[in-house]
Amino acid sequence: MGVKHYIIRRLLLLIPIFFIVSLITFVVVRVVPADPLILWVGPHATAEQINRARIELGLDKPLYEQYYRYIVGIFHGNLGISFITHRPVSTDIMTFLPASLELVTTAMIIGLVVGLPLGVISAKRKDKIEDHSSRLMAIGGVSLPTFWIGMLLQLLFFKYIGILPVCGRLSWAVKVSYPITHITGFYLIDSLITGNWVAFQDAAAHTILPALTLALYPIGLVVRMTRTCMLEVLGEDYIRAARAYGIPEKVVTYTYALKNAITPSLTTLVLSFGYSLTGAFLVELIFNWPGLGWYASKATIGMDYTAIVGVTLLITLFYVLANLVVDVIQAYLDPRIVLK
Amino acid sequence: MLKCLKEKRIAQLKELQLALHLIKKGPLTLTGLIIMGLLILVAIFAPYIAPYPQDALGAASPENKFELPSREHLFGTDELGRDIFSRVLFGTRISFKIAIVVVLLALLIGLPLGVIGGFLGGKIDELIMRLTDIFLSFPSVLLALIICVILGPSIDNVMIAIAISWWPWYTRIAHAQAVSIRERPFIEAAKAVGISKTKIIFRHIMPNSLTPVLVQATMDLGSVLLTSSALSFLGLGAQPPQPEWGLMTYIGHGYLFTSWWCSTFPGLAIFVAALAFNLLGDGLRDVLDPRTRRLLR
Repeated sequence: MGVKHYIIRRLLLLIPIFFIVSLITFVVVRVVPADPLILWVGPHATAEQINRARIELGLDKPLYEQYYRYIVGIFHGNLGISFITHRPVSTDIMTFLPASLELVTTAMIIGLVVGLPLGVISAKRKDKIEDHSSRLMAIGGVSLPTFWIGMLLQLLFFKYIGILPVCGRLSWAVKVSYPITHITGFYLIDSLITGNWVAFQDAAAHTILPALTLALYPIGLVVRMTRTCMLEVLGEDYIRAARAYGIPEKVVTYTYALKNAITPSLTTLVLSFGYSLTGAFLVELIFNWPGLGWYASKATIGMDYTAIVGVTLLITLFYVLANLVVDVIQAYLDPRIVLK
Repeated sequence: MLKCLKEKRIAQLKELQLALHLIKKGPLTLTGLIIMGLLILVAIFAPYIAPYPQDALGAASPENKFELPSREHLFGTDELGRDIFSRVLFGTRISFKIAIVVVLLALLIGLPLGVIGGFLGGKIDELIMRLTDIFLSFPSVLLALIICVILGPSIDNVMIAIAISWWPWYTRIAHAQAVSIRERPFIEAAKAVGISKTKIIFRHIMPNSLTPVLVQATMDLGSVLLTSSALSFLGLGAQPPQPEWGLMTYIGHGYLFTSWWCSTFPGLAIFVAALAFNLLGDGLRDVLDPRTRRLLR
């Protein structure tokens, strides 16, 4: 009962958030000097064309009425029409979202695969050189400007070593001769299940650099979290007991201790999902990755306000839901936490 | 009275010793401290150390553009022939200013709100905390981005934008502190003597809830620096010819494959400064975390 109540209350909090976010962005269109209509009709339009577009888009109505229409539209799944692409924002989002999700998910997996062992080693060799260096790596990971490290990786792996593509999601040649059937929108999965081996290799090569760049932050988080939790768990009585029974140290560490230390790492990882979606903005821009962040930054530069509001609302939704999922999971796993 | 003071002094000395011990134990914190000290020196003496101070202010000499790093130009020259090393040195000032002003602004909003809510309780508290929840539930980088778009690109606007998205964290911490202090006997006493609520909040509660908020603020300096340079990288912050690191990296990005040094060195500066802030913050957390302290006693 308590948990259900809590979830409902948190979901209700989404309503004021949505109102505030959409309101803020609605104010933008009135404050910025650039007229979005110019974008819509193009720079050489006549005054009459501009006026017609103004009426067509409902921009001649007072602001509160425009806002009302927008909100009503949202409940019908209509986020307005993008001023740049001239397509519904919801369609645009459905086109660009899978690319972002694929990138962020890959980064999360890298974060877990690299971060967990490093955290364990760090805890096992506390205050030794391994510990200090993995700690430095973790702090370094969260101190690196994503746009900068992305550039360095491009420089290294494209220009100097020349084994990985510089940007994009797929090579043109592959796109033309080995097109990927659209199933999930994740190129890696789609090409794999349709047995399109050439496209899979190409997609994987394109994913490595941006995913690695984006993974640095989660790696740092997971290392720190795993280290702290492992240190705590390794000091517990049952670990001492397991050792006293002569159970091999490897088994004690990875089976007995890690099992209990892994949850907080997983939760921080999920928590950073929302953060990484915004972090993906810069990575997508650098690697020309056709994802939500790429779309949003183009929209921001072009003052395409319907697209900005749409993307903002969506990312906020992801963020809030990720936070909620984490809180519920934590309460489920740790009975000491009371949700209220 | 005198004895009391003496005891207090001894306690303070012990604290200091413990802090020093912890810093010595972790070479990383010390590294952070040294880098930070150097950066502060650079920020103060930039006009005297920089070999070409006029380049930092925007003087262009296109005849020596895109020169490789050399003895004359340690970090090479950019697309207008300006000395990147000098510009990076001057950039330290901008970055430190942004980080410190943002954190102070956020403290100025967040701390009083948290303390007032925590002390008064009731409807006002509910209102403040719900507002905080709303702000915390959307990603701070995104919020700062939108505010920057509204306000227009400039360093001042970046600072305002980040501060607006940052204060709720401090409200939350200050609130928790104020709630626990509210019940302490000395507050009861102050109330009994008839001291006004305003005075209790600002003279008694606020100073006593300051420490954890300040610790968090120190640890946030690195993230603020990264956020602000990211906004400048997107073209929403500093404008040319300001020697801001994020902006320099962005402009240099256009020449990445022909002149790698244009973007590499300003980016490196961001990394080094953020690393120093974060190393210090991490060490500070260890010094103040009761769990690590207990291990040492």
